[in-house]
Amino acid sequence: MQILNRLFGVLSSLRLTVISIAAAFVLVFAGTLAQVHAGLYYVQEQYFQSWMVMWSPASGAYKIPIFPGGHLIGAVLLINLITAHIRRFSWTWSKAGIQLIHFGLIVMLAGGLATDLFSVNSYMRLRKGETKNYSEDAIRMELAVIDETDASIDQVTAIPGEVLSKGGEITHETLPFKIIIRSFFANSKLRNVGQEQGTSLPAASNGIGQRLSITIAEPTTKIDERDVMSAVVEIIPNKGATLGTWLISDAMAERQEFDLESHHWSLQIRPARYYKPYSLTLQTFTHEVYPGTMTPKNFSSKVNIVDPEGKNSRQVEIWMNHPLRHEGDTYYQSGFEPDDSGTVLQVVRNPSYQAPYVSCIIVAIGLIMQFTRHLTGFARRAKPPIVP
Amino acid sequence: MKRLLPYIFLLASVLWLGLSWVPHTPKQGEFDLGAFSRIPVLVGGRIKPLDTVARNSLLIMRGKQTVYIPDGKTLAATRWLADTLFDGKVADTYPVFAVANQEVLGMFGMPQQDKRYCTFDELRNYLPQIEEQGKASSETDSKERTPFQTAIFNLRNSLVLYQQLKNSVHPEGTVDFAKEINTYAETIFAGTASLKEGATPLEKERMNLLKTSLARYQAQTDSSYMRVVAPLADGQAMDWLTTGDALIRVDSPESIPAPVSAFADMGDAYRAGDNVAFSKVTKEYAGWLSIQHPDWTLRSNYELRFNQMEPFYQSMVLYVGAFLLACCSWLVCPKGLRKTAFLILLLALVVHSFGMFSRMWLQGRPPVTNLYSSAIFVGWGAVVLGIVIERLFRDGIGIACSGLVGFITLIIAHHLGSNGDTLEMMTAVLDSNIWLATHVVVITAGYSAMFLAGFIALAYVLLGLLTNRLTKETAKTLTRMVYGVVCFATLFSFVGTVLGGIWADQSWGRFWGWDPKENGALLIVLWCSLILHARWGGFIRQRGLICMAILGNVITSFSWFGVNMLGVGLHSYGFMDQAFPWLIGFCISQVAIVFCAQLPLTSWKSFAKQGGE
Repeated sequence: MQILNRLFGVLSSLRLTVISIAAAFVLVFAGTLAQVHAGLYYVQEQYFQSWMVMWSPASGAYKIPIFPGGHLIGAVLLINLITAHIRRFSWTWSKAGIQLIHFGLIVMLAGGLATDLFSVNSYMRLRKGETKNYSEDAIRMELAVIDETDASIDQVTAIPGEVLSKGGEITHETLPFKIIIRSFFANSKLRNVGQEQGTSLPAASNGIGQRLSITIAEPTTKIDERDVMSAVVEIIPNKGATLGTWLISDAMAERQEFDLESHHWSLQIRPARYYKPYSLTLQTFTHEVYPGTMTPKNFSSKVNIVDPEGKNSRQVEIWMNHPLRHEGDTYYQSGFEPDDSGTVLQVVRNPSYQAPYVSCIIVAIGLIMQFTRHLTGFARRAKPPIVP
Repeated sequence: MKRLLPYIFLLASVLWLGLSWVPHTPKQGEFDLGAFSRIPVLVGGRIKPLDTVARNSLLIMRGKQTVYIPDGKTLAATRWLADTLFDGKVADTYPVFAVANQEVLGMFGMPQQDKRYCTFDELRNYLPQIEEQGKASSETDSKERTPFQTAIFNLRNSLVLYQQLKNSVHPEGTVDFAKEINTYAETIFAGTASLKEGATPLEKERMNLLKTSLARYQAQTDSSYMRVVAPLADGQAMDWLTTGDALIRVDSPESIPAPVSAFADMGDAYRAGDNVAFSKVTKEYAGWLSIQHPDWTLRSNYELRFNQMEPFYQSMVLYVGAFLLACCSWLVCPKGLRKTAFLILLLALVVHSFGMFSRMWLQGRPPVTNLYSSAIFVGWGAVVLGIVIERLFRDGIGIACSGLVGFITLIIAHHLGSNGDTLEMMTAVLDSNIWLATHVVVITAGYSAMFLAGFIALAYVLLGLLTNRLTKETAKTLTRMVYGVVCFATLFSFVGTVLGGIWADQSWGRFWGWDPKENGALLIVLWCSLILHARWGGFIRQRGLICMAILGNVITSFSWFGVNMLGVGLHSYGFMDQAFPWLIGFCISQVAIVFCAQLPLTSWKSFAKQGGE
């Protein structure tokens, strides 16, 4: 019991608060500087959305934790806040401000953690008149294995990119064949065979891969670029001999095709998709600029939302700072296709998006209460004695 | 008499201000450019007076708002612009192209000095090389450019701007524009008539004239820097045209828009050196504009006044004065000098506020819209807080610290403003007055409070170490000031950061994205809460609080400028490369002072005899 008491004492101590804030400060500072070389996504993953920041030598042979990561610091602060609240809570006016501030912070930290764990961020690209019922991930890729036998419907088996990166053999009950990952590239460059030095060997024995050579590329750190995931896969039917190898890549728009047992199959690496229970159609996209300049004044997209039965449809406009919220998804005007032929909408699914709003209001009230109390005291004491 | 002295001083300062606001009247035989410099035109999506166009163009090209010509005279910006628009040959002889790179100067066979102002005539023969090299550097990422590439890139941009200016009213080298457009309009009219059935077709010569004119006006439109032709009364900003565009739409001599004729007459009078005619036509055109567009004329006139008054320069001078007077008040005549310093600081704040609110009115925006205006606002906020502190404590510290912060931030603003128009239009994502007014203003006020706290803490250390004026009482008071101001900084920074998160959630779909600018704001919040919690827990005392407040200066300047220099975000600012050594120097000085503050108290001049904190 005494140990528990002491543990409670440590967890709720101001010393732990100060240490955690100091650690958070160091982490944020280091994480900001690290973005110069490592890029935003990598740092976000390694520093802020991790339990420990790891260091590994250039050879990458081992990893050692060197500093607490964002999740760990956040969790410790959260526990510290909650326990301190329990320990020191009292219903007095003089404490109300401080207590509101910290209660608001609890809501914010918990909401932030929930956002990190549960929110999904994707994009929907629509050309004028196009209808889609899915959005695409900005980073994660998938291998789509498509049964195209029936021309009116695609039977898709999607294999996440992370599975491909592990290599080995992929089997699935819907597939009458095995997929063997012969090689995998997180980022790659495709060249015509013989185009440059080091591109003498074709990547695969079938499809466009016979004419292309593949080389490995460093992962990109730029915010406006994306890694080009590629793989060479071998298809071996469950009954029968190998069909050979195919090159599949994010850089190729066309699918790689083959026939097996009177079924027509195709393979494609594409951004991971999230299907929606409704669809969006782009009516118009407008891109206004200030007269005589290229400075954008506004972007806006008019879209039609149609529910699955196709019964209810409504038209909405999405523009800068005015997102559309629908069925738990939020659509933001994010960008546009070259020559304004289409729009790019960012799609966010974040179950805890209201947490910051609630916490902000609570903390602001707390801060104002606290500082008005301070300030009135401060002003009263600061007045010099009046000399008659 | 002694009691009146502060007010006499104030009066003298007001007189100094008033004198520099008296507009310059032209001497006999000189061109009267008053009405000309007020004429509004459309550049960069904004309607502004020609005076602003002239000043900003010169800032971009040579870094100053005036031109020094070899015979020792100074040329006002509008005079230079008038030459450039109407009489290119004369303008070609002015040294307006700043080249600050020895290699580039060497390329032109000029003496290899650090900086030289070249004329267009001097550069004329090297245009193909500049174009070639400049194009190559424009394809290089701005961070990876060598100094040579940067210099040649900037020179190429200046030359492009200059050429565009020369073609802004009429194609370069035009002699008699009024006559030219009249002939053109008559020919168009005749040409339209000749298309009717049974009419005789236009002679070949006149057909050719039409063809070449149309091509000429199209070329002018393509290379013009500004749109000078204002629409008629019911027009919108969208409807401004270039002269070429306006002429292409003409179908008879009567349909030539009034602004085109006015500019044509202006140019002809200017080239002929006829100052009476020039003055008459500019005034007539100004009158036409004020009837057609009273609102634009009002703003344009106001902006001209604002440009001429240079309120930020004047408040900069006054801030230095207030700072020096406050410092002197600790040595001699404490009461009188402090009062004088306070009055001067108030005057400086009035002028500073006038400048800031003028910009807000001209732009129709909240005070902070870009880095330049953030510097103006940081100083303003710090001075307001400093005045409050001074009213509470009455010891001159508030005056000295806020005067210094006001001066430094206005210097920074001055350098940030050398990239061109500081009242630029907002890109789509920033186009939200509510968020600009709340998030941006609150977070910038947080910077103000951080800097003020940091500078009061600096005063504590410097007074304590170097003088014997820091008594125990004063030390206690200063600490209370720092603590109070840090509380304010916490409030502003936290609320500002959260508002920023909410804006980001509204426009990008995430509350927090670990972007460098966001992290910078978070660092300030974390630092403030660290100071407050460490103080509440008794982990730091007086000196610790002071030192942490000084380090707050480093963190705030990192968050304000440092993150922009990392080159990770979406913006890169030209000024940033030059500012980097200054930022590093400032940070090192702050850390050095914190180190000095660690000396045992017995080595502090103030505490040597008193002993202990």
